[in-house]
Amino acid sequence: MSTIVTSSALPAGADDEEITGRSLRQIVWSRLRRDKTAMVCLVILILLYLVAIFAPVITSLLGVDPYSFDGDSISDSGGGPVGPWGGISSEHPLGVEWGTGRDILAQLLYGLRISLLIATTATILTTFIGTTLGIISGYAGGKTDAIIGRTMDLILAFPFLLIILALSGVLTQRLTQLGVPDGNPSRILYLIIVLSFFGWPYLARIVRGQVLSVREREFVEAAVAMGAGRPRILFKEILPNLWAPILVYATLTLPTYVGTEAALSFLGIGVLPPDTSFGGMLGNSVSYFSVVPSYLFIPGTVLVILVVTFNLVGDAVRDALDPRAGRV
Amino acid sequence: MTEIMNGSHTAGDPVLRVTDLKMHFPVRSKGLFPKTIGQVKAVDGVSFDVQPGETLGLVGESGCGKSTTGRTALRLLEPTSGKVEMDGIDVTRMSAKDMVPLRRKAAMIFQDPYNALNPRHTVGAIIGAPFAVQGVEPAGGVRAAVRDLMDRVGLNPEHYNRYPAEFSGGQRQRIGIARAVALRPHFIVCDEPVSALDVSIQAQVINLLRDLQDDFGIAYLFVAHDLAVVRQISHRVAVMYLGHVMELTSREELYARPLHPYTHALLSAIPVPDPRAQKNREHILLSGDLPSPVNPPSGCVFHTRCFVAQDICKVDKPVIREFEPGHQVACHFPITEYLGSTPIVGPDPGLTAESELEGMQDGDPMEQAGDADLIHEPGTNYTDGTDSLIDPGPGLWR
Repeated sequence: MSTIVTSSALPAGADDEEITGRSLRQIVWSRLRRDKTAMVCLVILILLYLVAIFAPVITSLLGVDPYSFDGDSISDSGGGPVGPWGGISSEHPLGVEWGTGRDILAQLLYGLRISLLIATTATILTTFIGTTLGIISGYAGGKTDAIIGRTMDLILAFPFLLIILALSGVLTQRLTQLGVPDGNPSRILYLIIVLSFFGWPYLARIVRGQVLSVREREFVEAAVAMGAGRPRILFKEILPNLWAPILVYATLTLPTYVGTEAALSFLGIGVLPPDTSFGGMLGNSVSYFSVVPSYLFIPGTVLVILVVTFNLVGDAVRDALDPRAGRV
Repeated sequence: MTEIMNGSHTAGDPVLRVTDLKMHFPVRSKGLFPKTIGQVKAVDGVSFDVQPGETLGLVGESGCGKSTTGRTALRLLEPTSGKVEMDGIDVTRMSAKDMVPLRRKAAMIFQDPYNALNPRHTVGAIIGAPFAVQGVEPAGGVRAAVRDLMDRVGLNPEHYNRYPAEFSGGQRQRIGIARAVALRPHFIVCDEPVSALDVSIQAQVINLLRDLQDDFGIAYLFVAHDLAVVRQISHRVAVMYLGHVMELTSREELYARPLHPYTHALLSAIPVPDPRAQKNREHILLSGDLPSPVNPPSGCVFHTRCFVAQDICKVDKPVIREFEPGHQVACHFPITEYLGSTPIVGPDPGLTAESELEGMQDGDPMEQAGDADLIHEPGTNYTDGTDSLIDPGPGLWR
């Protein structure tokens, strides 16, 4: 987290010509571009997303696919991969799955796709709900704050895992009745909904705390004095001062959701085979860890890369947005 | 820039009139079911008016309620009782929504230039905010208007897209001033606008405020604790103590012929530039602290620290009255003569002993305070600094 060095502050005597007429986004981008670590991480992240989006194209180009069984690549006796490192060969660049001979690279790409879809959507929803309710709670105070606050306490007090497991059957069925296709689409939607529902109070609390300090600053009073309405004060005056914690929280939440989704898949409420999620692979691989460690290490490494790059990019974006404050 | 919101104003009507204003903050007990256990009487019955184009200074020590008065006058706080009129319109109980159009007639300049500007907004966005909020489209567009304002307050319009963090304290205060005057308000509440700045910058900012007043005819309610600063800019001055106005008169009257013992004490606390004169001056040292506004003293709120207080002051609260034409004071025993020959006996004589021991070698300091040439009319040059009570700072006095 704290290893990158950024050059976010503009030199005091920077050319006026250059500064005049640039929007905030341009300024942030120019600061970000000078941050080498951030740029490397950003490239990795974009690559991961591109790979996930174009997984079908890539797999067909490589001649692999995640669904077809390959009996030749596994041993007849135990179902273990033939060859070293989990059956790595020219046909299967990252080896094959134990028992089925399905290609791990293809599974990884398709799994990344589903994991990123669930984690990204859930993070966006969490951030949106948490930020909105946190700002309202912090600024309004009084009864509104009490109602939102107690709701958050209630949600945080729920035995999260048990509720998700218990509701899984009922709610996925309900989603199907509402017109979501049966099977994995409704299961994915269910995961997104529960992750967001149980995730927003954490962010809302952070945001609320920040709002409590920001709203006391005089620029809020200045906005009131010029006749600004509540929406403007909340979302134009206060919200821009909260981007740092929100971004940091979101970039930490996304990899967490990848992990949570993996755990839920492991417990049987994630996506169903033959589809696989990124986390589901990790779950499967645990049984074979002592024999074929590469099966665990490959998705594990991608997960670590995902988490680290997200954190570093989040840090860099915050630095670029906030040349005033140092690291928090 | 076109003139915005002008013409609706009739001469002689005060831009701001505050009548018997009270602002009490409830003190709540801690716990699950908080109860109101007291009232902080921050402002307790204050009346004044501000005429168009005039500056009314509001002075007093920390915690006397001067800032609260300014905020309540702008309806940033809900007054407990009393009446606030803007341009003759009673806004005391007006809803926030109905207030919006009136907000363009009034603005505020804040004490802390670091907190008063949103660090996430560019200077252009900050100064242009009043246009956006009020839906005013100036001729030539907001951008041109903002650049014009920046130029007017002495900022480089090229810095339109910079952030407040890239500016010094004085420059930030100019940004705050530009925002305040953007819609050409009728009056501005200045809440200690220069107390966070260093002295040379103070002079520049005061001069800027004065120029803007001359150009746009803006009235100021100028809240400050610094008597020298208030003297620079005010036409009239109100002295506040513990939520009450103690004395209200023209600047010349106040500094030359103060009536209230508290004003005498305040004026004697202003340092003079000459160390010898400073050493030999008579100081009126008030003993004790400001009493708690939760439980203010009975009778005259100043009697606990007053050096002329008598028994009546403990029971009978003096009403502010017109002692002389244009000179209001809230005191049973206004001090009309200069205090030089009067032995000063405070409630705690030990505190005044030092000044008595020092003696008075260079004549009578309070007489100096009343010296006619001490009061400079605008336009005269400030030359003699040594015998003055107040250092106006370089180039400030006009």
